[in-house]
Amino acid sequence: MTHATLPTTSAPLPRRRNAQAIAPWLFLAPGLLFFLFYVIFPVFQSFNLSLYKWDGLGAPEYVGLKNYRDLGSDRAFETSLWNNFKWLVLYLLAIPGGLFIALFLNQTVTGIRLYKSLFFFPFVISQVVVGLVFTWFYDPTFGLLNILLGWVGLGPINVLGDPTLVTYGIIAAGLWPQTAYCMILYLTGLNAVDPEQVEAARLDGARSWRMLWFVIIPQLRPATFIAFVVTIIGALRSFDLISIMTNGGPFGSSRVLSFYMFEKALSEYGFRMGYGAAIAVVLFLIMLVFIAYFLWSMYREETGR
Amino acid sequence: MTPMFRTTAAALALGFATAPMAFAEAHALSGDLVIFSDMSNPAPRAVMEGMVARFGEMHPDLNVELTVIDREAFKTQIRNFLTANAPDVTNWYAANRMRPYVSADLFDDISDLWAEPEIADNLASTKGAMTLDGKQWGVPYTYYQWGVYYRKDIFDQYGLTEPATWAEEKANCQTLLDNGVKCYTIGTKFLWTAGGWFDYLNMRTNGYDFHAALTNGEESWTSDQVRATFANWRELIDMGAFIDNHQSYSWQEALPFMVNGDAAAYLMGNFAVAPLREAGLDDDKLDFYQFVRINPDVALAEDAPTDTFHIPTNARNKEAARAFLRFVVSAENQTIINAGDALGQLPVNAASSVDDDKFLKQGFEMLSSNSPGGVAQFFDRDAPAEMAAVAMEGFQEFMVIPDNLEDILQRLESARSSIY
Repeated sequence: MTHATLPTTSAPLPRRRNAQAIAPWLFLAPGLLFFLFYVIFPVFQSFNLSLYKWDGLGAPEYVGLKNYRDLGSDRAFETSLWNNFKWLVLYLLAIPGGLFIALFLNQTVTGIRLYKSLFFFPFVISQVVVGLVFTWFYDPTFGLLNILLGWVGLGPINVLGDPTLVTYGIIAAGLWPQTAYCMILYLTGLNAVDPEQVEAARLDGARSWRMLWFVIIPQLRPATFIAFVVTIIGALRSFDLISIMTNGGPFGSSRVLSFYMFEKALSEYGFRMGYGAAIAVVLFLIMLVFIAYFLWSMYREETGR
Repeated sequence: MTPMFRTTAAALALGFATAPMAFAEAHALSGDLVIFSDMSNPAPRAVMEGMVARFGEMHPDLNVELTVIDREAFKTQIRNFLTANAPDVTNWYAANRMRPYVSADLFDDISDLWAEPEIADNLASTKGAMTLDGKQWGVPYTYYQWGVYYRKDIFDQYGLTEPATWAEEKANCQTLLDNGVKCYTIGTKFLWTAGGWFDYLNMRTNGYDFHAALTNGEESWTSDQVRATFANWRELIDMGAFIDNHQSYSWQEALPFMVNGDAAAYLMGNFAVAPLREAGLDDDKLDFYQFVRINPDVALAEDAPTDTFHIPTNARNKEAARAFLRFVVSAENQTIINAGDALGQLPVNAASSVDDDKFLKQGFEMLSSNSPGGVAQFFDRDAPAEMAAVAMEGFQEFMVIPDNLEDILQRLESARSSIY
């Protein structure tokens, strides 16, 4: 290597310029390589695979867009898509939920650290544990929920066994840790709120709601953005809770796209690789809409200054 | 290489056929024998390790390497290791569950082994389950009966006896319901338990041959026969015979209903006996009867899922693998591994003895003398995996919302036309 660079020693200036141009790429290279190989390449591989009929064992058979046409008439796919939509919308409740808990906890009383950690606790425990806890909570025979409902003369209901309720039941379980996550984001955001602006607003007569809406929340914009990003992504990749709580049931009514893809391509009764890939492509395109929006707004933020 | 292996194996087969006693000492097997097994639960694991130890003693020059893989993980990993890094012997299941690997030429044809009198004579009852396209692709090592396990003490309390006909079954059930006891516990969260009910109702209503044709995709799901099966099923559902909210429970989670006396019976495989006994139901409280006759014109047929061993096509030491398969199905080994303190199931070799266990004896008797119609594997092993998944989901939906039947049948029929 040293020999190779010898000829350029006579002209030190261009070499330094070269080095400055190359160095960042050299440092980026390992990351880029892995990103290309483990993320970008498989994305295109999935696109390609979705045009084939393949059971993972024999030779793949090219079928063109048949997998996508099949998706059009697949009611299980329709249910999954619709459930994904429910997840997207309802999961966003974690953002106001987290904000209000953060506002509530943003005070100095004895033991506030303890309360904060208790509120943050659901985010620390595994999704699997959250799923199990809520499964027991919802249990139609022994569950706490029906005991509680019994006290006020309601119920019993079988949340996870009712095709109309099941998705909402799982989303409620998912909101528990997600709200805690948003809360932490807002708690750090609240630390950065400018006390002088709050003081000035107070002098101008802003009280409670107006203060919150016009003074605090605008200053929390960065936290809101991050909370939005993680919540949307969390909603789209919901899988563990569904797998633990219902296994997609009853009769497939709580599936979402990621779970349906797993079922079709990789589960015990699956191995329609092409069909699974087609579902993955649809999910990818949905995600792409949001990712593009996130990237665009981040880009705008950075260049706007 | 393959033809050479074939001839060697054939020569060996001849040798064994004429002189079975020479088995242990004559052919010194050498090299490595790699076994991948899914027998990961404690009791099966001990059985597998015991078999390997005894086989290793018989062949001191052979280095047997056993890898036990988690039973559920095995179901997906087998696809990778059969193509990439094949062992010499692997576990799997009988009937259509073998189909993907047979079609992809990943399981070795071992019809020559089945032609040996030792195996041909003693394993005749399971030959059908191991046969696809007229050839045999593996050997069974254990199987177990399905049937109705019931609370004898509850039956006695209300003066009920084991039913034999559909009318008696329903009458029993009505008495139980009148006394606030559900007739059957079941947990359909993972769907396959409903497949057991469908198997029995369909085999009793339409017979084994129709059932086999249906799971093979040769009969329509919207036919009158299938509708008759569902009509029988619906009678029980409308009575409220099954426990409520079964869609939220796994088969294990459904056990307490029977243990607590909230439900009187369970249509299940023999593996349910162990947890029921552990939960405190001794042989005075727990008993077994064969699923009742519904249509008097069809012969009784049973579900008896069979677990198996196979030789992958890419195996390296097929000679040793065949010797191991012979050892597994031998009468002596079958008696040992299926004993009550081992697997606690039924031996596949007719020359073995069945453990002195109330349920095993009843099951063995039922399968050997009272199942003239035939022996099915189980819905999700007889039907192709994809069809099984769609159908069992439909069964669960039917059990929860029976009014959706028409829609379910249409869905299954359209699935049938695209899958087969």
